[in-house]
Amino acid sequence: MSVLILGATSPIARAVCHEYAADGHSVYLAARDVEEAERIAADVAIRFDVDAVGGPFDALDFDNHGEFVANVETAVGPITVALIAFGDMGDQHASEEDFASAKRVIDVNYTGAASVCEAIADAMLERGAGSIIGISSVAGERGRKSNYFYGSAKGAFTLYLQGLRNRLFEQGIHVMTVKLGFVDTRMTFGMETAIPVATPQQAAQAIVHAQERGENELYYPRFWKGIMGVIKAIPEGLFKRLSL
Amino acid sequence: MWAQKKISGWGRYPVVEADCIRPERRSELLAAFEDRGDEPLLAYGLGRSYGDAALLDGGRVVMTRRLDRMLEFDPESGWLRCEAGVSLEQIIHTFLPKGFFPPVVPGTQFVTVGGAIGCNIHGKNHHVDGCFGDHVRSMEILTGKGDIVECSRDVEPELFWATIGGMGLTGLILSVEVQLYRVANPYIEMETVRCENLDEFFVVSEESADFSHTVTWIDCAKRGAGMGRGIMMRGGHAKAGTQHEDGAVMELADHVMRMIDGRPFESNLWLNSATISIFNEVYFRKTPPGTHRTVVGYEPFFFPLDAVNNWNYIYGDRGFLQYQMVVPDNEATREIIDQISASGMGSFLAVIKDFGELDHGGLSFPMKGTTLALDFPNLGTPLLDLMNRLDDVVMSCGGRVYLGKDARLSEANFKTMYPEWEKWKDIRDKWDPDGVFQSDLGRRLGLS
Repeated sequence: MSVLILGATSPIARAVCHEYAADGHSVYLAARDVEEAERIAADVAIRFDVDAVGGPFDALDFDNHGEFVANVETAVGPITVALIAFGDMGDQHASEEDFASAKRVIDVNYTGAASVCEAIADAMLERGAGSIIGISSVAGERGRKSNYFYGSAKGAFTLYLQGLRNRLFEQGIHVMTVKLGFVDTRMTFGMETAIPVATPQQAAQAIVHAQERGENELYYPRFWKGIMGVIKAIPEGLFKRLSL
Repeated sequence: MWAQKKISGWGRYPVVEADCIRPERRSELLAAFEDRGDEPLLAYGLGRSYGDAALLDGGRVVMTRRLDRMLEFDPESGWLRCEAGVSLEQIIHTFLPKGFFPPVVPGTQFVTVGGAIGCNIHGKNHHVDGCFGDHVRSMEILTGKGDIVECSRDVEPELFWATIGGMGLTGLILSVEVQLYRVANPYIEMETVRCENLDEFFVVSEESADFSHTVTWIDCAKRGAGMGRGIMMRGGHAKAGTQHEDGAVMELADHVMRMIDGRPFESNLWLNSATISIFNEVYFRKTPPGTHRTVVGYEPFFFPLDAVNNWNYIYGDRGFLQYQMVVPDNEATREIIDQISASGMGSFLAVIKDFGELDHGGLSFPMKGTTLALDFPNLGTPLLDLMNRLDDVVMSCGGRVYLGKDARLSEANFKTMYPEWEKWKDIRDKWDPDGVFQSDLGRRLGLS
């Protein structure tokens, strides 16, 4: 079994990779930072005695996503699980000043993600098997002034994954949407919050277990489903006055 | 992203505030270095040094624990190349199943390789195998000038030498080549020997020089004829074919211990002279007189305290200090234990061991002699006064205090204990003329 990790340099992606490698699966680690992807691959091969390959992946290189998937399968065999873990928070302020910056955020988080998912789905359809895990975000549940370019792109990705799941279900391909709350990464480092923060390892274990059970949607930590339920329930007339 | 954080060492004293960053990967670390501004910088690994060695009040602190890639391993020779944030726990977890073990481990496996080099840690096998640094072949160091320098005993040997035991002040260690050694299984064949007093310890210790690993728990509260009584554990990695089975009760006990966390038990009231005397009495009596052979797992042998997470919290929010010294003189050891037992301030976590000949020099601690390590609840001035008096005994015979455990040594005493400090500092100043890498310990000891 082979697992493709896109955006492999994030701590959550790396932790997911460790979970699969610990179960003996081959892994292909793709990232913009090829050098780091290769370092992580070397690490995984040493720790878990599995085949691990690092390679380049550019979410914005839409034309070559099909070729990219073919190359991955040449290197590690048919992809059984693909994790889409790349993303770019961007800078909301910069995006407001300059639309090129906003477009980049939208393209990485949505267009690029959708494009590579299509390529992966095509490969999996040939075999009628596979699992696609898309890491979306709770930020995609409701637009907020502090990050609405990122949020809208993630929201679109969430909808895309829903549709893809609907389409691929009958072909035996599993599509799972992951919406992460606070995980102990660069984003939350130094943040003072009363809300418990999960470790990347905990998030990774939850993701892998949910994938193995064939879940459609995973909020993690799970109480974020409740938090988002409340946030979504706030009437727009009130919400527009808030700074959440 | 930099974030203001309160940080402390394992002793939770002192606590300082610094601008911290936790790079997820090498490129982020290098970017953080460029982004540090005019502030001095220091690496902070897993926070297991006790005092202020990894602290830098008001400065920039790079938390290295996520820089933990293993990069290359040769199963023939046992050489591992890894990033400096890899912990000994990760190394053991990965390589013990393949039949390898780190060359030297301290009393906890939750230390990084970078910290192991910075403090040039020793273990129960010092008298045979020396320190961690003696098993390191090369290092890749980010220096204060911003250069990445590969060094070894042959290439830039001065930087290599000064970085081993250099308390993180010569630069930031990026990656390391360290030798792992073959072991047959996860077990330790060991003997326990009860020593009724300090004289008996010295005799048993000399007789035990052929055991690869030795350490002795010592009762630093007991006065009179039983002063310095203790229990020596001596042994080594078990031979192939050694069988060991934990009883179901032990396994359950181990499991329960692992679920305990010290943090809910944070209180200044647990440790006082009464509770400490009772603990020591019970601990001593649970081992019958004489010599007893057993086979144990490596964890209870090497890392008994790791069984309780955050055990340092039981000293309360005042924190605690450890005093670890080495003296090349049995009478000085006796004098020190006498002063500690008379003070009534010592704690139950005291160990004593005879080091071997290997002495790295520079700021590295181990040298030929007897080392004693003892925790003290942070009782403030009376404790600091006691430690100053102990320093006098240590200095009178050419001994040293361990910087990796220290939070209070004076500059003058340090310079007496570490006569090679100037040689070390000349090298450090050559590689870091602007003093980019600093620590509160270094500032206190006149090394910044």
